[in-house]
Amino acid sequence: MTMEKTNVPERWEPRIIGFLCYWCSYTGADSAGTARMKYPPNVDVIKVMCSGRIDPELITTAFANGADGVLVAGCHIGDCHYMEGNFKTMARMPLMRRILEDLGIEPERFEHQWISAAEGEKFVKTVTSITENVRKLGPLNWPKLMKERGVGHGMDLEPWGD
Amino acid sequence: MTQKGNGEPVNKLKVGMYWAASCGGCDISLLEIGPHILELIQIADIAFWPCAADFKYKHVAAYPDGYMDVCFFNGGIRSNEQERIARLLRKKSKSLISYGECAVDGGIPSLANLKTREEIFDAAYYHNPSIDNPNGIEPQEITEIEFGELEIPSFYRHVLRLKDIVHVDYEIPGCPPQADRVWEAIGAVTGGAVPLKNDMVKVACFDKSVCDECPLEKKLEKIKGFKRPHEARPEPDWCLLEQGFICMGPATRSGCGALCIKGGLPCRGCYGPSGKVEDQGTAMVSAIASILDARDEETAKKLIDQIVDPVGTFYRFSMSASHLKGSKQ
Repeated sequence: MTMEKTNVPERWEPRIIGFLCYWCSYTGADSAGTARMKYPPNVDVIKVMCSGRIDPELITTAFANGADGVLVAGCHIGDCHYMEGNFKTMARMPLMRRILEDLGIEPERFEHQWISAAEGEKFVKTVTSITENVRKLGPLNWPKLMKERGVGHGMDLEPWGD
Repeated sequence: MTQKGNGEPVNKLKVGMYWAASCGGCDISLLEIGPHILELIQIADIAFWPCAADFKYKHVAAYPDGYMDVCFFNGGIRSNEQERIARLLRKKSKSLISYGECAVDGGIPSLANLKTREEIFDAAYYHNPSIDNPNGIEPQEITEIEFGELEIPSFYRHVLRLKDIVHVDYEIPGCPPQADRVWEAIGAVTGGAVPLKNDMVKVACFDKSVCDECPLEKKLEKIKGFKRPHEARPEPDWCLLEQGFICMGPATRSGCGALCIKGGLPCRGCYGPSGKVEDQGTAMVSAIASILDARDEETAKKLIDQIVDPVGTFYRFSMSASHLKGSKQ
């Protein structure tokens, strides 16, 4: 059998940025690892001290720089190590979801969950579901989209009168 | 500066002003400096100002490079004509200044980034209560007539800032920029206090947020429900955001002197994002969500659902400067 060269593009894998709070969700992810649970490797985890420190600006930065999805996870309400931090997350994330929807980003690309240090299983479930949802939607590729329609457009135009 | 026999300086500054995708208010706002305009024409000649004097593009093209000392450019870039003029003016000016919010951050025209070109044309030429277009006529870039071809500028999908196209020396934000600040900035340039060449330095404004200039008092109360300006009369001397009016103050650059708030209206965010903020809308999400009177997710969601058009409100003046810059469609 001869091997034929095909033009099949390199397999695309969803790239998801996960912001996890140090005290609960990151430890939850750790416990999933310690228990040898299997989950897709598509979430790049960024550890933050508290989910209340996740400025909505970070979410738009992630999408604008090419993330296909964003996961935000923190302690359950009432469990915050800093008492009030996740109350801010609780209000910010639904508002952020509305903003993203208005900008045409599918709601499945943005996930917000409360994951405690003991909930390794919930972490696995969340990561699996967002990865599968994003895989179904396909790449978002915001930098390419913006390049196609805007910044840098017509850069080769000559100044008037030349 | 040498003087002529009649006391007029010989080597007067050459000043230009151009409008692109803007409403024309910036040109008018320059006149708002009042009697100072007489001082300005003492020291400067107008070399290009389509709104006020009859200049053609070919006149500007005939100037030697760097002929104009200062050129104020207002409006965003949304057609190839505007882009070409931006490049031309960059070449012919020693100092190119983004004047007004449209040139600096996209301004209100950049809200069109949320819609496609087709949707905009549909609203402008077909489905609109004030439009009667039974033959479905819309402007074409090239039209054949018996004498040849007519060409009009092509319309971009996206409103760009001036700095997306060319290098900008200074930026004067605001919709429109406040006259006192503008006069200070002009004085700094013409008096030689600042160099003509610079790297997108924001002038005629401050780094802090509008809250810094706001005279109203914060009572540290949480938002119990949202109101729109036409729905209720605000209580005097109390932070409008805490009263439930969406005031963009916390996310907006100061320099205006909190004019709207002193007039009883919430801040609309016309000076763009404040100094350390990159994205005005998400800064506002952060600010509003932090002071909601909600202790559980359901209450928070109910309160948030009362906000009408969050994207249009939070990014009213800065869509082109935001991280995502527009919608996906």
